Formats: sequence, structure tokens, C-alpha cells
Amino acid sequence: MSTGNRPLSPHLEIYRPQISMVLSISHRITGVGLGAGTLLLAYWLSAAAYGPDAFATAQAFMGSWFGRLLLFGFSYALFYHLCNGVRHLLWDIGWGFDLPTFRTTGLTVVAASAVLTIVTWIAAYAAA
Amino acid sequence: MVEFTLPANSRVRKDGKSHPAPSGAKNVKTFKIYRWHPDDGENPRVDTFQVDLDTCGPMVLDALIKIKNEMDSTLTFRRSCREGVCGSCAMNIDGTNTLACTKPIDEIGGDVKVYPLPHMPVVKDLVPDLSQPYAQYREIEPWMKADTAMPAGERLQSPEDREKLDGLWECILCFCCQTSCPSYWWNGDRYLGPAILLQAYRWIADSRDEATGDRLDDLEDPFRLYRCHTIMNCTMTCPKGLNPGKAIAEIKIAQTKRRI
Repeated sequence: MSTGNRPLSPHLEIYRPQISMVLSISHRITGVGLGAGTLLLAYWLSAAAYGPDAFATAQAFMGSWFGRLLLFGFSYALFYHLCNGVRHLLWDIGWGFDLPTFRTTGLTVVAASAVLTIVTWIAAYAAA
Repeated sequence: MVEFTLPANSRVRKDGKSHPAPSGAKNVKTFKIYRWHPDDGENPRVDTFQVDLDTCGPMVLDALIKIKNEMDSTLTFRRSCREGVCGSCAMNIDGTNTLACTKPIDEIGGDVKVYPLPHMPVVKDLVPDLSQPYAQYREIEPWMKADTAMPAGERLQSPEDREKLDGLWECILCFCCQTSCPSYWWNGDRYLGPAILLQAYRWIADSRDEATGDRLDDLEDPFRLYRCHTIMNCTMTCPKGLNPGKAIAEIKIAQTKRRI
């Protein structure tokens, strides 16, 4: 019996998105986003060390609509990854695995990271 | 490795066959079912069957049997007990993995889409090749191991110790959880997967088993155990209401505890 030509059954394209997998891949994506955001932060600090002209350029970029969009994404990624990281720590001590709790903590992470991001930006604009 | 798209021989053709309902049928439900035949050299396709629910049992398995009896006898699927204890009819129904025999048709809005368990080699139609998870099950040596001399009677266990096996022994090895896990999709050759790890924990948690240390040694591996990232698709999809995600977490905790 030849088994070499067996097809692989469909997976990602047919699996109905679940809160479990969506929040998990979001954790991975925000983690990558934090890496990219840290490069942005490093650029800003380097510019500050380099001199007034370089720093002015960096400030202008960060203050532009695109720079602010990047910073907004960076801050949301930070808060999401932080909140979901706490959720991971709770799992690591064996808490939060029954499905009702699992769903509640997931939705809490989404809500808390959104609130923290918005509060941070309100505070930042109020201070500016 | 992660491959989001299917290999060329696995992509689903758009030109599936249609089987209309018998004339006069009033309560018709559309089933879209994955088909693949090993001998015709074609890619897989999705066939459409219009089933008269007035002359059909309540479960998805009833509809599959009706289709095989009355519409297309070549439709191939596994089934046996028709009451959720054998695990044969595990498949992807309406986007998640479950047992066709315990999934009511009326829980599904719209067309009923039926695929084999995800990311497995297909033998024919809805029958996946489960050799890999079976080999992985063998690898965890799922039997009682004890070095101490056999007692005169049975090896006894306190009611409290026996309770630790609840939620583990009920697993029927249908592999719904195993094939719902994205980590298993991408790393199934090296990651044991939720069903096998739940079984591994069933022996780790058993007070009568004396090989706990060896079992934990065998699992202490970046791939075999730690490819679990607590995605939890396993627990969401388990048709028996078990919690493989928690069982895996208990193994990780046991690994940590014996080091401190």
C-alpha cells in the first residue's frame, strides 16, 4: 500500500478561531512588537546622546502622526504582553485552567491592556 | 516547522460534487464534507450533501451514516460505539474538533462543514492516519511500573490518591485535543501533544506507579513537553470535558518542584 501521496488535512484555514488561540498568537505578536519597539527606544536614546540636531530629528519623528501611531502600538503591546504575562504566571502555579476562569482572565487581559494604554496616553497628553 | 499553507497535493479543489436532497424533503440541511480518494490521483475536494433532517437522527454521525447509506456509499469515516466512549468518529465539525456521535446537528448554524482531524495525513475522506500519536503514546510507556514486590492482594490506593486520577482516566484517546493544538501542528514530530501529555500525567499522578522520576526525566525536554505554550485549544475542544492544558501544567509544576 502506497502512503506517500497522502494529503495533509486542512488546519489553520478551517479551524474556527478560538479565544484561546487568538489571545495566544496576540501574546507572540506583541512580544515581537516589543522587540521592534525597543529598537525605536534605542534609536531615541542614541539620538539624545548623539547631539541636539539628531535628537531634534528623533523628536520630530516620534511626534509625527506616524511616530505617535508606532508609540501607541508599542504601549498597547507592552500592556497586553504584561497583563497576559501575569496570566501566564498564574498558569505556572496551576491556577486558572477551568474554562470559565480561562475565558474571564482572557477578556480581563484584553480590557485591562486597553484601559492601561488609554489612561497612559491621556496622562501623557495632559502632562504635555 | 511552521507552514501556514497546505502542500500542493493537499490543497482543496473547488469543484466538489453536489448531491441534492430527495424531492419533497422539507427540512433540509447542507453538509459540506471533505473528500479524498487515494487511487484517483486528484487533490482533495469538498462535496455538498443536502440531507433531509426529518428522516435523520439527531447527531452529525447519524447524518454521515445516512449519507453513506442513501446518497454516496463511498463516503469513508471511522465510527463504532455511537455514544462517545470509543473515540473513533473524532473529526473537525463546524470548525472545531469533536465526536460526530455526540455533536447534535441542531447546534450548528448554517452549513455543516466536516473535515478530518486537522494537520494529519489523510488515508481516505474523513479517516486520518494516527500512526504518529500512537507511536508517541507508546513512547510514554503507558502502564504501571513498580519495582517493589507484589503485595499479596491488590496495590492499594487511598480514596484521596484515587481522586487525583479523575479527569485523566476518562480520556478515550480520540485525539481531538492533539489535532487542535497549533504547537502540535507545527512541531508534531517532536512535541508529544496534549493527549499524550495528559496520558503521561495520568501515570505520574498515580500513587501506585513507582517510575515518577524516570517519567519526568523523559519529559524534561524543550520539545517533548515545553512546546506547550498554554494555548488551551485542547481544553476548549475536548469532547469529554477534560483538561489536558491543566494536566500539562501539573507536569511542568512537578518538574519545578523536584528541582527546588
